[in-house]
Amino acid sequence: MRNTTLAASVLALSTGLSAGGAMADGKLNFYCSAQEEWCQLMARSFEEFSGVDVDMTRKSSGETFAQMKAEEANPKGDIWWGGTGDPHLQAAEEDLTEPYVSPMRDQLHPWAIAQATSANDKTIGIYSGALGFGYNTKLLADAGLTAPACWEDLTKPEFKGKVQMANPNSSGTAYTALATMVQLFGEEAGFDYMKRLHANINQYTKSGSAPIKAAGTGETTVGIVFLHDAVAQTVAGFPIVSVAPCEGTGYEIGSMSIVKGARNMDEAKKFYDWALTAEAQTLSLQVNAFQVMSNMAATSSDKAPDMSTIKLIDYDFTKYGSSDERKRLLEKWDNEVSTLPQ
Amino acid sequence: MIGWAGFLLLPWYGVEDFYTFKWLLDGWPMDSDYAPAIMLIAQGQKLWLAPMLLALAAPLLVMRRRKTDAIYGKVLIVAGGFGFAWLVAQGLGIGLRGYAYGWMIALFGDLGDRQFGMGYGGLLVASSFLFVFTQGIAARGAVNGDVFVTAAIGGVVAVVTIFVFFPITKMLGAAFISDDGGYSIMEFFGKFVDRRIWGLGCFSGTNCGAAWNSLFLAILVGLLTTTLGLIFALVLTRSGFKYKQSLRALTVLPIITPPFVIGLALILLFGLSGTVTQWVAGVFDVQPTRWLYGMPGILIAQTLAFTPIAFLVMIGVVEGVSPSMEEAAQTLRANRWQTFRTVSLPLMRPGLANAFLLGFIESMADFGNPLVLGGNFDVLSTEIFFAIVGAQYDQSRAAILAMVLLGFTLGAFYLQRFWLGKKSYTTVTGKGDSGVHPPMPKRIALPVYAIAGTWGLFTIMVYCYIIYGSFVQLWGVDDTLTFKHYMTAFAVTWGDGGMRWTGSAWDSFFTTIMIATIAAPFTAVMGLITAYLLTRQNFAGKRSFEFGTMLSFAIPGTVIGVAYILAFNVPPIEITGTGIILVVSFVFRNMPVGVRAGIASMSQLDKSLDESSLTLGANSWQTFRLIILPLLRPAILAALVYSFVRAMTAISAVIFLVSARYDMATSYIIGRVENNDYGLAIAYSTALIFVMLFAVGMLQLAVGRTKIGRRSSNSGGH
Repeated sequence: MRNTTLAASVLALSTGLSAGGAMADGKLNFYCSAQEEWCQLMARSFEEFSGVDVDMTRKSSGETFAQMKAEEANPKGDIWWGGTGDPHLQAAEEDLTEPYVSPMRDQLHPWAIAQATSANDKTIGIYSGALGFGYNTKLLADAGLTAPACWEDLTKPEFKGKVQMANPNSSGTAYTALATMVQLFGEEAGFDYMKRLHANINQYTKSGSAPIKAAGTGETTVGIVFLHDAVAQTVAGFPIVSVAPCEGTGYEIGSMSIVKGARNMDEAKKFYDWALTAEAQTLSLQVNAFQVMSNMAATSSDKAPDMSTIKLIDYDFTKYGSSDERKRLLEKWDNEVSTLPQ
Repeated sequence: MIGWAGFLLLPWYGVEDFYTFKWLLDGWPMDSDYAPAIMLIAQGQKLWLAPMLLALAAPLLVMRRRKTDAIYGKVLIVAGGFGFAWLVAQGLGIGLRGYAYGWMIALFGDLGDRQFGMGYGGLLVASSFLFVFTQGIAARGAVNGDVFVTAAIGGVVAVVTIFVFFPITKMLGAAFISDDGGYSIMEFFGKFVDRRIWGLGCFSGTNCGAAWNSLFLAILVGLLTTTLGLIFALVLTRSGFKYKQSLRALTVLPIITPPFVIGLALILLFGLSGTVTQWVAGVFDVQPTRWLYGMPGILIAQTLAFTPIAFLVMIGVVEGVSPSMEEAAQTLRANRWQTFRTVSLPLMRPGLANAFLLGFIESMADFGNPLVLGGNFDVLSTEIFFAIVGAQYDQSRAAILAMVLLGFTLGAFYLQRFWLGKKSYTTVTGKGDSGVHPPMPKRIALPVYAIAGTWGLFTIMVYCYIIYGSFVQLWGVDDTLTFKHYMTAFAVTWGDGGMRWTGSAWDSFFTTIMIATIAAPFTAVMGLITAYLLTRQNFAGKRSFEFGTMLSFAIPGTVIGVAYILAFNVPPIEITGTGIILVVSFVFRNMPVGVRAGIASMSQLDKSLDESSLTLGANSWQTFRLIILPLLRPAILAALVYSFVRAMTAISAVIFLVSARYDMATSYIIGRVENNDYGLAIAYSTALIFVMLFAVGMLQLAVGRTKIGRRSSNSGGH
């Protein structure tokens, strides 16, 4: 019998309980893809606001998307808040999220609603941040270089081996950069730019914000990232100056979606409406989030890059967010750019 | 009997908050959410559970018969086999939305009912079917009718199938799914021969494919870690070195280090703006370069990180080599070098082979170091991760890459078997064996000391730097000393109602320790039982089973994480979002180290030890417990230490399995690193390192050392 007990206990531990039954009232499983502090603050503030018990799990947007896809048959999350817009659009395309039209819509910036219409109301914009680059002032001075102000400056020969960006195959940030160049300069000239830039790149990192972290610790001079990430480095104390390129630039729209088949649909919608209010969005001031919020009445941080002074392109999220176009551009980048000798 | 209890009493389906026993008052046994299977059937619900009654009843009929009776065995096999098969079939066939497969709806019409994940009732029934089945086989004469061995084989095979094969097959199946959702072999080959996997560009100025990079790196890491592991083991057992205990602690340091920390420390030491780089640049007036990024950096970091595993395997084997054989060689006038080369070293082969295999596999599956230090040197593990979570969301590519990786591992596995061959490495026998290990021959003593010393110093330097990093404001920029990071993470305040853990790290800290403590003994037990079965018993399919136990270790954690969600987020086993899934993933992921260490040690134990025990009337369970287990202390220690530590430091599998209530230390640390809170991340890591050092010390005390009846080499007068 001893053996049975052993085998049984191994199995007992392994199978154990499962979350089979229906959830109790007033609970929300919150998937969050912004930074930890912000996620915590949103979760706690919503608990205070509504009395709903919030279970928050923080993962990057790519990880959350992969998890939702794996959980498709039996969704565990209710709402997905934060993270760059592409995976949200992808989730809408793969029918992992639920359409919802919030009564809060008329308070939002047009770009936030444009994000919703491009995905048949399955997602909505909550913040936006422009693409740009940041440089390490100390390394720049040591090398005696003039500060770069435009995309073109980064292709100058004196920046050889001094620029870092993420690999568009692995990072949404870098894919935004690629799509931005294509929209800014046109497809041929855009790829030509990427090729010239390729000659100066010292490393294609895997994660999108890694280049500016490397610039912070002095491992590279310039990092191509979203500007709010660069500002966060400066605020953390690193010698980083962020630059909004003179030619103009693209941007991301941080989004929010309701999980299709959510077990707590009412709470999810309540959160959705609340997260679009000016009060909830102004919380970003407390946590070093330097994005521009989507509610027109929300205040953004004074350290945030001033969007009105940045030349923003008319970024076509519907076209460049679709998986076909993404696949085509990435394949082209793979074959024409990444194979070139550096 | 247990099966009946499960069928009659316990709720068949999973119940939230089982241990509050609220379900006892809340409508049990009638409410269909909580009812045991028998009540469900009596009420006419879930009728598909009924056939199992037959299978449970059958064994009762033959209870009275003697074990040698042919009918006894046959009935047990049929009943157990049918019951288990039916249980699995109904579990997989009927899911949350009725029938799980389209063809079943076509065949039987819509079911109009559904079921949730199995609970304790289903679990007990499943294990009793399994036991009945194995008992039946034993009665029919398999493995000499040994009930313990057949039950153990049955149990291990069943859980490995459920928690290793099932999820991984599910994941790898994605390799054949084409973009539009259909199955396609052509698509598979198209993606398989991708230039990014197999390209040979590094001979012409660009980059090689990830497969070649990984293979090359893994071989180098395997060789280096095995050599270093052997060197440290030699210093510890065959030299007059005085500070052996501190050396032991030093060698385990790297496995108890959370991911990213070593990489970060290496960057701050040797990166473009690193302390050492700047110093060298200043003194020798050379231009600082980014040499660290890419192959060299990963190689250094992985060698640092995986040498301890090789050491843990080697130490048991080096200690186990019989001094009598070495003394015999010396009596026959071999000098120390000849003895070492022709007797000691060949006897260490199982250790060398297993250590190499572990280093190779670890390097293949390692994710953290390539991520931080990889530069443009792509390896399979990072490619897989970003195929899943990156901008392409290409699960089939991830599955294909995982297959390539598994292919290499399989290759290494068979190479290792081939190299070991069919020779015998037995050195621990029942005979008196009271020799003393000879010290190392001079010819190798000098280089061994030199290498061990250099590597030891290097490790100390890296670690001092890490500890220093947790006390400064902003690592690498602002060097003012501060306690602020520890305060944020581990603050404790005294308020009403006693002590309050206000630090932000406590939650994940306690969860991590709890999960690691639960997982470690299970891992060790599973690992050693498996090792025992593999070395001591013969049964059909043993080789493929052996490789199967390595699978979950060889596959990068990311794949395991996604595979576990795919497999265990839906009935019959629905455990995502619980602590159980974390424990399970750790047990099956780290079990192979126990298996390897156990195999390496057990192949040194003479079979005559078991045989004499069996001849004297002990059964195989007693033999295992009283003879083999005590001789396996180094292997037990290795398995316990490794699984405990890995449960605390593993990251990639955990990313997908953590939930709000079960957050792990490593995912907290990663969150901090992403948020530029390097100080906090390192402070937390440092705290974890000390906790683990303490735990490892305690484990060492608890398990004790093997006393093989030899004089200790210290009192031997050297």
